[in-house]
Amino acid sequence: MNPTFKQMLNSVCVWIDSTALSQFIQNAAWVVPTVQIVHILAIAALMASMLMINLRLVGMGARDQTLAQVSSRFSRVIWWALPVLLLTGAILITGEPARSLKNNIFQLKMLLVIGAILVTLYCTVPLKKNAAHWDGRAGLGKLVALVSVCLWVGIIFAGRWIAYF
Amino acid sequence: MDFDSLLKGLEAFGFATAIREGESLFPWFESVHVLAIVLVVGAIAMVDMRLLGWTSRDRAVGAITAEVLPVTWVAFLVAAVTGALMFCAKAMIYGHNIYFLLKMGFLLLAGCNMLYFHKFSQQGIESWGQPGGAVPKGAKMAGGVSLALWIFIIVFGRLIGFTT
Repeated sequence: MNPTFKQMLNSVCVWIDSTALSQFIQNAAWVVPTVQIVHILAIAALMASMLMINLRLVGMGARDQTLAQVSSRFSRVIWWALPVLLLTGAILITGEPARSLKNNIFQLKMLLVIGAILVTLYCTVPLKKNAAHWDGRAGLGKLVALVSVCLWVGIIFAGRWIAYF
Repeated sequence: MDFDSLLKGLEAFGFATAIREGESLFPWFESVHVLAIVLVVGAIAMVDMRLLGWTSRDRAVGAITAEVLPVTWVAFLVAAVTGALMFCAKAMIYGHNIYFLLKMGFLLLAGCNMLYFHKFSQQGIESWGQPGGAVPKGAKMAGGVSLALWIFIIVFGRLIGFTT
């Protein structure tokens, strides 16, 4: 990593660490476990919903409904869970800035998050205007579903591995 | 044979030793376990929230259970296998960890609750489970209890990590 960026990241960590909020989180032992639990529950809502959409995209799951119907039902859950995840994630970063921001696996996780959000948007947004958007693109649809599932699963794995790096 | 020698016996298995002493086997199992358990809880919560009348009221209960059940069972099996392997690797630690024991206890309760709901739901789910139908009190209660139990299973699971 280039030294200027590393230095910047370091001062950001030092600054976050010195804030009253960070100090509060560090001194109240209950905050991190509690916020982590909320984080995991939101992940559960998102992962199950994401899987239902992607299963339908490859022709499995709720076949009594169209892909557009399934996507509309579960996208709502995803867009509710994401802000909860970003907020709880931000609290966890505030409490332990160096353990997260400087961690290579954490940085990888953030890249995967951006990728997963973009792929999810690419898959679900066109369905709002055209319910048949993916009907003539079965091959591409399957690829999108595979990439989406891999990205979200990668995020889960990276999340667990942060603790080991 | 007392409880501790049973735990030590589990730890002595070759695969248990390999997981415990391996460079990175344990975190890999943990990752798969987390993935499986979030899918189990997310899928079960969909049914529970429908029973409680919070979501998908315009969809039959039977349609929701049918679409999430395969995901639930596959994910549960994966969570159980990875969980059992990690337990054997550190049986003495988990066997004496209060949160682990609570997690197992709540898992058992969730199983009982599911059996209760299953017996209950066989009585006319086709009629009350239709879109807009009134969910009977017993089924609603089973949904609420299930949701609460699974949230606690996540809570205890996470707390194990803070005490071992």
